[in-house]
Amino acid sequence: MINDTLQNRRYVIAVIISAVIVLYVLRLFTIQIIESKYKEGADSNAFLKKTQFPPRGLIYDRKHTLMVYNKPAYDIALIMREIHDLDTVAFCKALSIDKSYFINRIAEIKDHHRNPGYSSYTPQLFMTQLGIEDIATIQQSMYKYPGFYIQNRTLREYAFPSAAHVLGSIGEVSQKKIDNDDYYNQGDYAGRDGIEFTYEEQLRGEKGVEILLRDAKGRIKGKYENGKEDIAPKAGLNLTLTLDAQLQILAEKLFSGKVGSVVAIEPATGEILAMVSNPSFNPSILVGRQRSENYMQLVNDPTKPLMNRATQAQYSPGSSFKPLQALVLQQMDGINESTMFACNGPESSPIKCTHHHGSPVSLLSAIEQSCNPYFWNAFRVTIEKDGYGEKNAIFRKNYSEWVDRIKSFGLGSKFTDGDIYEQSRGNIPSEKYYNRVYQSVTGWRAITIRSNSIGQGEVLVTPLQLANVMSAIANEGYYITPHLNKCDSMLKKIHQCKVDKKYFPIVYEGMSRVFEYGTARASKIEGLDMCGKTGTADNSHGKPHSIFVGFAPRVNPKIAIAVVVENAGFGSEYAAPIFSLLVEQYLQGKIKRVELEDRVTKIVTNYNVQER
Amino acid sequence: MSKNVSIRYALDWTTVFYYVVLVLMGWISIYGASYNFDQASIFDFSQRAGKQFIWILSAFAIGGILLLIDSKLYNIFAYFIYVGAILLLIVTIFVAHDIKGSRSWLMIGPISFQPAELAKMATALGLAKFMSAYNYKLKTWKDLIPLGLIIFAPFILIILQNETGTALVYVAFLLMLYREGMKGIVLLIGSFTILLFVIIIKLSIVTLQVDQGTLGMVLGMGIILLVQIGYAIFICRNQKEAIILLLGTILVGVAAYILNIWFYVNYNYVSIFTVVASCIYWIFIELFHRYKKYWFLVLFSICSVLFCFSADYLFEKVLEPHQQVRIKVLLNMEDAPLGAGYNVNQSKIAIGSGGFWGKGFLNGTQTKLKYVPEQDTDFIFCTVGEEHGFWGSTLVLFVFWLLLMRILRIAERQREAFSRIYAYCVASILFFHLMINVGMVLGIMPVIGIPLPFFSYGGSSLWGFTILLFILLRLDAARLERMR
Repeated sequence: MINDTLQNRRYVIAVIISAVIVLYVLRLFTIQIIESKYKEGADSNAFLKKTQFPPRGLIYDRKHTLMVYNKPAYDIALIMREIHDLDTVAFCKALSIDKSYFINRIAEIKDHHRNPGYSSYTPQLFMTQLGIEDIATIQQSMYKYPGFYIQNRTLREYAFPSAAHVLGSIGEVSQKKIDNDDYYNQGDYAGRDGIEFTYEEQLRGEKGVEILLRDAKGRIKGKYENGKEDIAPKAGLNLTLTLDAQLQILAEKLFSGKVGSVVAIEPATGEILAMVSNPSFNPSILVGRQRSENYMQLVNDPTKPLMNRATQAQYSPGSSFKPLQALVLQQMDGINESTMFACNGPESSPIKCTHHHGSPVSLLSAIEQSCNPYFWNAFRVTIEKDGYGEKNAIFRKNYSEWVDRIKSFGLGSKFTDGDIYEQSRGNIPSEKYYNRVYQSVTGWRAITIRSNSIGQGEVLVTPLQLANVMSAIANEGYYITPHLNKCDSMLKKIHQCKVDKKYFPIVYEGMSRVFEYGTARASKIEGLDMCGKTGTADNSHGKPHSIFVGFAPRVNPKIAIAVVVENAGFGSEYAAPIFSLLVEQYLQGKIKRVELEDRVTKIVTNYNVQER
Repeated sequence: MSKNVSIRYALDWTTVFYYVVLVLMGWISIYGASYNFDQASIFDFSQRAGKQFIWILSAFAIGGILLLIDSKLYNIFAYFIYVGAILLLIVTIFVAHDIKGSRSWLMIGPISFQPAELAKMATALGLAKFMSAYNYKLKTWKDLIPLGLIIFAPFILIILQNETGTALVYVAFLLMLYREGMKGIVLLIGSFTILLFVIIIKLSIVTLQVDQGTLGMVLGMGIILLVQIGYAIFICRNQKEAIILLLGTILVGVAAYILNIWFYVNYNYVSIFTVVASCIYWIFIELFHRYKKYWFLVLFSICSVLFCFSADYLFEKVLEPHQQVRIKVLLNMEDAPLGAGYNVNQSKIAIGSGGFWGKGFLNGTQTKLKYVPEQDTDFIFCTVGEEHGFWGSTLVLFVFWLLLMRILRIAERQREAFSRIYAYCVASILFFHLMINVGMVLGIMPVIGIPLPFFSYGGSSLWGFTILLFILLRLDAARLERMR
C-alpha cells in the first residue's frame, strides 16, 4: 500500500518547511538587527521625545549693557501618523489661518523634495515662532487635536534698534547645515549672519529632552521614569561684545540720511568699539513670523541695507591712504623727512594737486596738505630707486616689496583669525596682476601704476581695513586682529607690520597738523591732540566718497576710526565732523558741540535711504 | 489493547517535550502581552495569563485522556467524528452570536468555544480514513470527488461563519495530498498563480508611456512566454523551437516599439497577441510533429492569460474591501499606517525594536502600551520579538521547526496509511498556521487572523491543537502494539 517513490516526497516537504522558517529568520534579522527605522518608530510610539530648546546666550556690550535677550515664542508641531479625526475647520479657526494655508502647509511637510527629513513618525513643524497672543485660543483646546503639539521656543529681542549688521540674525537652518551638524533638526533656528553666526555654537546652548509616555491613542500618560531620563536644556553662553553701545548708537544717528560706514577700533586691543553700516534697519524686524516678509523688503531695497558696508564694501582710500604710503616709502628708503618735491598745483603732471600750497613741499607738508604730486613723485622714486633692470626685474622686485609692506597692515586680504563673518578682501594689486593685465613683465612701469601712489585705481580697501590701518599706525607698527568678542584669547592675535618705529613720528606730526593747519581744521576738538587724514575718493557712481581716518589722542591713542560717506563730496566736509564727534563721545563721555551734532545728523546725502 | 506495551514507553516523549516548551513559552508571552502595571501575579485568574493557565492545565488533561483511548477507536469513529464536527459547524452558524461579524463562537455557560478549531482535527481524521481505504488511488474521479467534498464541506461552512482565515487553513491539505501522490505540478501551478496574481495586482497600476498598457500585464505575459520557453527546453528538449519563440517574441517587441513612433500601440494587446501567436505555433508543432506534449502547454498558457485578465476582476469583485486593503498593504501599494496597515506596522515596530537581545521580560514598551492590537492572540509573536529579541524569536521558530520535523519523522515511520495521512495532516495544519501567522506579523503575508499554534491566547485553539497533536501521538504509540 505504501508507494515507495512517494516516500521521497517527505524531503521536498521538509525542505519547503525549512525554507519558510529560514526565510522568516532572515526577515527577523532584517527588521530586528539591520533596519533602524522600526526602533525609531518604537521610540516615537511609546515615548514622545519633546525637545526642550535652550534659551540662547545673551549679548552685552563692553560696558555690560544688555543688548540682546530672549522672549518666549511657540511652535506648533505635528506627528503626521497620530493625527486622526481632525476638525480642520475648528483647528484653523483657533489658529486664525485659512484652510488653504493648512492644506498647503501639510502638503509642504509631506513633500520629500522640500522636506527631505520627513517622516510620519517624527514631529514636524507646522507653524513656528508664534507669539503668546497667537496661541492663546488654541492652547486650551489642544487636546482636541491629537497629533499636534505646542513647543516652547525663544525669540530674540533687542534693547536698542541698532547694530543690526554686527549682531546678525537668526533663521531656519538649511538642509546643508542639518546634514553637516547633528545638533540641528528640520525647523531649528541658528545664527545666519553677524555675531549670531560666528558664535552660534557658544550662543545656542544644548537642547534638552523631555520624555513622555503615551498610549496607542497618543495620549500622554505621564513622564517616563518620573523624568529621570529627561535632559534639561543648557542655556547658551552669554557673549560680551567689544562694542560701546553708546558710541554705536551715536554713530548710527550721525549717519542718518547718508550711505556709508564707520569702524572704530581700540588700537591697543583691536577691539571694535563701533561698527556701523548705513542704510541699516532695526534688528527686531528680522525676528519671528514677519522675518521673511521684511527680509524680502530689505533684499529688494536698492540701497542694499542688508550689506554690511563696514566690512563688505570696497572703496578706493584716496588720500586717506597717504599716511600709510608715507610710512612704507620711508621704510623702503625712497624718501626721508627732508625729501622735497615740487608741486605745480592743478597744473601738476601726471597727477594734479587739488590743494593750494607752497612749492617745493616736504613730507610733513605733503601729509598736512594732501599733496598728490608729492606722493606720486615719492612713490615713483621709491620703486624706481634701483632702476628697472633687465626685464624690469629690479623694478618689479621693489614694487613687490612695496605691496608686501602695504599688505602687512592688513590690506588686500580678509582677517582670517578674527570673528567677522562677512568680509571683502579689498585689493592691493600684485606684480602678477599687472603682468597679466599688461601682458608682459615689461609692459608696465611706475608711471603706468601711478594711481597707486594716491590710493586710487586698483587699490581697494574696506572701512574695517582702513580703521585697522589707523590702529596699526597708532600702535607704531603692529595691530591686533579687529574683533567683536571681548575676550583674552583674541588679544593674542598680534600682527607685526613691516615698517620700523622710527618712521612714525613724522607721520603723526603730519596727521596732527591736518587738524591744525590742514584739511580738517574745522573738526578740531579744543584741547585734544588728534591725528587724522581726509580722503576724497573719486568713483564712477557720482560725487566722490567722503573719507576720514584717524586716531586720538595723539599720545597713547584710545580710538582709531575710519569714516566713509558714500558720494558725499570732500572728506573734510562730511566724514571729518563725524570722526570728530565720535572721538568726543568716546573720550569725553558726551557731546558738547550739540550744534555740530545736529547739523551732521540732518545732512542728507542720499534721499533713498529709509529709516527702518 | 495496550497489552505489554506501556504507553509510557511507546509515547514519543520528544514531541511532548516540544509541545510543553511551546505552550509554556506561549503562556509567558501572554503574561507579557497582557501585563498591566498594577497586575502582579501570572496566576491572577481575572487576567488573561491566569485564564490561559487554566486552559493549559485542561489541555494537558485532555491530552492525557486522549492517550488513554484505544488507538483503533480513532480509525473506527473517524467518520462519526467528522460528521459530528460538520453538524456542529452548521449548528454554530445559526446559534452563534455575532462577535465583530464572526458567527463562530458557541457559548456554553461561561465558556465560549470555537467549533472551527475542532473541525480541522475532524477533517484530518476524515481524510485519513477515506484515503487509507483499500485500493484508494488519487487518480480517478470516483476517488477525487469525495475527497474534495470532505475538504470543502467544512471550508464552506467556516466561510459562512465569516472566518475566512480559518477556512484558508484547508488549503494546507495540499501538502498532505502531495505526499500521498498528487502531482507535483499542482503545487507549481499554485505557486505560479500566486506569482501572476501579485504581478498583475501590484504592477497594473504602473502604466507604460502614459496609457499604452500596464507593466503588470506585459510582465505577466512575459512570464508565461518564459515558462513556454523553459518547458520547451527542459521538458521537451526542443531547443530549436524555444529559440524560434524567443526570437519571435523579441521581434514583436522591437516592432511594437518602433511602430510606436508613428502609431498608437497598446503594449497590453501586443503582449497578449504574442502569447496567442505562440500558442498557435505550439499547436502547429503538435499537429505536424505529434510530440503530444504541447497540448498541456497551450492549455496552461490560455488559462494563464484568462487568469491575468480576470485577476483584477477577482481582486475587486470577489474579495471584500478589507481583504483588498490587506493585500494592498502587503504589496506596499497603500501606505496607511493608521488605517489598514496599522496592525502590521505596529507589529513590525514592536518586533524591530527588540533588537538582538530584546528589551527583557515585561519590558516591552510597544506591547505594554497596547500599540499592537490582538497582541495576545494573533499578534502574540510580537511580544516574543520585542521582549526577547532576535534570539528569542529565532528560538521559537527553531522549536517549531524541530516539532514539524519530528512529526514528519513520526509520519514516515507509521506502518498504517491512516496514521501516516493523519500525521501529514497535522504537520500541514501546524505549518500553515505558523507560516501565515508569523508571516503576517513580519509583514510578508497578508493579515489573516489565525492563531499561532500553542502560543496564542484562547482555549479553543489550544484545545484544538492539543487534540490534533495528541491523537497523532496516540496513533504513533500504537505502531509498536501492531508489531507484536
